[in-house]
Amino acid sequence: MNARDEAQPATAASVTRRMTMIQALRSAMDVMLERDPNVVVFGQDVGYFGGVFRCTEGLQVKYGSSRVFDAPISEGGIVGCAIGMAAYGLRPVVEVQFADYFYPASDQIVSEAARLRYRSAGDFTAPLTIRMPCGGGIYGGQTHSQSPEALFTHVCGIRTVMPSNPYDAKGLLITCIENDDPVIFLEPKRIYNGPFDGYPDRPLVPWSAHPMGEVPEGYYTVPLEQAKVFRPGKDLTVITYGTMVYVSEAAANEAGIDAEIIDLRSLWPMDLPTVIESVKKTGRCVVVHEATKTSGFGAELVSLVQEHCFYHLEAPIERVAGWDTPYPHAQEWAYFPGPARVAAAMKRAMEN
Amino acid sequence: MNPREPLRLHVPEPSGRPGRETDFSYLHTSPAGEVRRPPVDASPADTSDLAYGLVRVLDDEGRAVGPWAMEVDKEILRKGLRAMLKTRAYDARMLIAQRQKKISFYMQCLGEEAIAIAHALALEPGDMCFPTYRQQGLLLVRDDIPMVEMICQLMSNERDPLKGRQLPVMYSYKRAGFFTISGNLATQFIQAVGWGMASAIKGDTKIASAWIGDGATAEADFHTALTFAHVYRAPVILNVVNNQWAISTFQAIAGGEATTFAARGVGCGIASLRVDGNDFLAVYAASRWAAERARSNLGPTLIEWITYRGGPHSTSDDPSRYRPADDWSHFPLGDPVTRLKQHLISLGAWSEEEHVAAQKEFETQVGAALKEAERYGSLADGHMATAASMFEDVYKEMPEHLKRQRDQLLGEST
Ligand SMILES: Cc1ncc(C[n+]2csc(CCOP(=O)(O)OP(=O)(O)O)c2C)c(N)n1
Repeated sequence: MNARDEAQPATAASVTRRMTMIQALRSAMDVMLERDPNVVVFGQDVGYFGGVFRCTEGLQVKYGSSRVFDAPISEGGIVGCAIGMAAYGLRPVVEVQFADYFYPASDQIVSEAARLRYRSAGDFTAPLTIRMPCGGGIYGGQTHSQSPEALFTHVCGIRTVMPSNPYDAKGLLITCIENDDPVIFLEPKRIYNGPFDGYPDRPLVPWSAHPMGEVPEGYYTVPLEQAKVFRPGKDLTVITYGTMVYVSEAAANEAGIDAEIIDLRSLWPMDLPTVIESVKKTGRCVVVHEATKTSGFGAELVSLVQEHCFYHLEAPIERVAGWDTPYPHAQEWAYFPGPARVAAAMKRAMEN
Repeated sequence: MNPREPLRLHVPEPSGRPGRETDFSYLHTSPAGEVRRPPVDASPADTSDLAYGLVRVLDDEGRAVGPWAMEVDKEILRKGLRAMLKTRAYDARMLIAQRQKKISFYMQCLGEEAIAIAHALALEPGDMCFPTYRQQGLLLVRDDIPMVEMICQLMSNERDPLKGRQLPVMYSYKRAGFFTISGNLATQFIQAVGWGMASAIKGDTKIASAWIGDGATAEADFHTALTFAHVYRAPVILNVVNNQWAISTFQAIAGGEATTFAARGVGCGIASLRVDGNDFLAVYAASRWAAERARSNLGPTLIEWITYRGGPHSTSDDPSRYRPADDWSHFPLGDPVTRLKQHLISLGAWSEEEHVAAQKEFETQVGAALKEAERYGSLADGHMATAASMFEDVYKEMPEHLKRQRDQLLGEST
C-alpha cells in the first residue's frame, strides 16, 4: 500500500477471513444488501443458483427474491431496468454474465446511464453498478475472454473500475455501490480463485494462501481514483491493472528489472498523480493490458504519460497488449501478453 | 417438381402518397360503444379480442356510449379540453418561434393531444411517466409547471433548467412525474418497467407509465420492456402511440401491416387494449382501467392508441414529400379537440363562445410566456448557462480531468 492509501482512515471491520475474489465480491454485496435497503442485486442466474461464478451464492435465501433475483437473458433489459430502478431511488447492482455480452446493453449504458445526470441537470441520476467478469487466460475463446474496458473509458459519465485481489475487490465494490455515479465493475475472472502470473502450467496459488486474500468480514471501502503501488521500484514504471499486475511482477523478476508496478484499480476517472510521480522518478514507462492494442486504454495511458512526463522520459513508452485480433481459443498463450512479452518490453525500455 | 415462381421481397407501402389519397380501411375501426369492457382483473389472454378491436366512447354525434362510457366529472373534461387548447396554442406559437429562429428546433403533437392529457388526468400524484418527445400535454395539463420555464428550455437560455445541455423539447421534470427525455428512441420504455418494479420492491403504491411511438416499437427495448413487465408483473402502463408515421415511414414498415401493436402485448402475456386515441373519454377510461390494474398488483397493460400525426414530424421535416397534404382531414378518427368540444357542448358544459375565448386566452398566455422567456436570453444572443457549467453534472463530483479541461477552456478564452 502506498502513502495515499495509508492516509485513508481504517474503516475496516476488525475480523478478517481468507477469501477468494469470488467470496470477497459476494461479501461486498452481502454487506451492502444488509446496510442499505435500496440495494438490489439481479442478473442472469444470480438468484436461486447464485451466479455462474458463485458470486451471489446464498444472497437470495438471505435477502429474499425481491432483493436478489434472476433476470431474463437480456442485457439491454437488465441495464435499462436498473436505470429505471435507480431513477426511482434504488441502488441496483446488476450482473452481465460475461463482459463479452455487454454489447446488447451498450445503448442503455452509453446513451442513458452515463448521461442521465448530465442531460437532466441533476434532476435524475443513475447510481448503479454493473458487474462483469472479464479477461482471458481461461480458454474462453472469443466470447468469454474479452477486455472491453476501453469501450467504457471512452464514455463520459461512467466510472470504470477493475480490482486485482480480494481485498480491493470487496472494498472497491462497496465503494462503487455507494457511489452515486454509474459504475462498470470489471472482474478479471482468471484471478477469481488466485493470482495468475501468466504461466498456465504452474500450479495456482489460491487466495487462501495469499496475504491479499485476507479480507475483513464487515464493511470497509477502498477509494476510487486511487492507484496502488503494487511493487515499488526505481528502474521503470509499469502501468497496469487486473491480471496483468501479476504477469508484470513475474516479468520484472525474470528480467531482473526493479520495476515499479502501479495497479490503477480505477481505470477512469483515474489517479494521474501517482502515475506521474512514478514515471518522473523512473524516467521509463511500460503500459500493459490484455485488451487489444489499437485504441485500447493503453493508448490513453501512453498519451497521458507523454503529455505530463515528456521531459522526464528517457525512452519511448512501451505498450504490451493483446494482439489486434479476436481472442482465439487454441492460440490462447500466443495471444495472451505473458511474462516473456512484458519482460521483452521492459528490456527495450531499459536499453535506451 | 412444380416449377415455382421466383420469390419476391415484400416491402410495405402506404396506400396514400403525395397526390394519392390514403385508403384508411387498413385501420379496422369499430363503432363507438361496440367493444366490451372486461373486469380489471381480466387475464391477459382474455384481452385478445380487445387487442384487435377499437375501444371508443364518443359517437359521431358526440354522445358517450357503450361499456367504456364512465361517469367523468365535467370539470375534468373541461380541464382536459382547455389543456388540449393550451397545448395546441403552445405548439402553434413555438412552431412560429422556430421559424423566427428564436429556437433551433421544435416538435408538435398536433392531433395527439387527447392521449397525453386524458392519460395524465387518469394518473395520480407520484406516478412517473417515461415520455417521448411528443407528450408535452403531460406537462401542459398541469398547473404547477410554468410555461415560461418550458420555453426557456426551448431557448436554451439562462433560465433553462437543463442549462442548455439538451435539444429543445427534451424536458425533464421529476417533480411532475415526467422523466428526462432522451434522443435515443425506446430506451425509456424498459426504464419505466424498472421504475415500476422498484415501486413494487419497496411496497409503494406508485405506478409507471411508459411511452413509445409506432416506429420505435421496432427497437429492441420495446421487446425487453414487454418481457420484463410480464415476467415481474410490473405496475406499468405501456403506451404505444400509433400515429401512423415515423418521420416518413408508414407504420406498416414498423410491423403494423395486417396486425396491431396491441397484439404484441397479448403475445407477451400482457393485457392489451387498442383504443381510439382521439376520443378523450376513451383515453381517460382505458387509462383508468390500466392504472387500476397496475395499482392492484394485477400487472402491466399495453395500450395502443390509434391517432394521426397531424403535423410534420419536426420543424426539420416536410411531410408533403411522402404523404398526401390533406391526409389528416380524411383520418377516420377526426380531431380530438373537435370531438370533445362537441361532447361538452351537448352536455351543456361548454359553448362556442367559451371555446373561442379559451383559444384567445391561451394564445395570449403563450405569447406572454414567450415574451417573458425571451427576457432571459436565447441561444442566439448568448444569454445562456456559462461555458464552464458544461463540465458540471457529468459526474456527481467533478473529477480532476474535467477540472483541468474546464480550467483550460477558461484559460484559453481569457
Ligand atoms: C435509436 C434512434 N434511432 C433513430 C432516431 C431518429 N428518429 C427520431 S424520431 C424518429 C421516428 C420515431 O417515430 P415514432 O416512434 O413513430 O414516433 P413519432 O415521431 O411518430 O411520435 C426517428 C427515426 C432516434 N432518435 N433514435
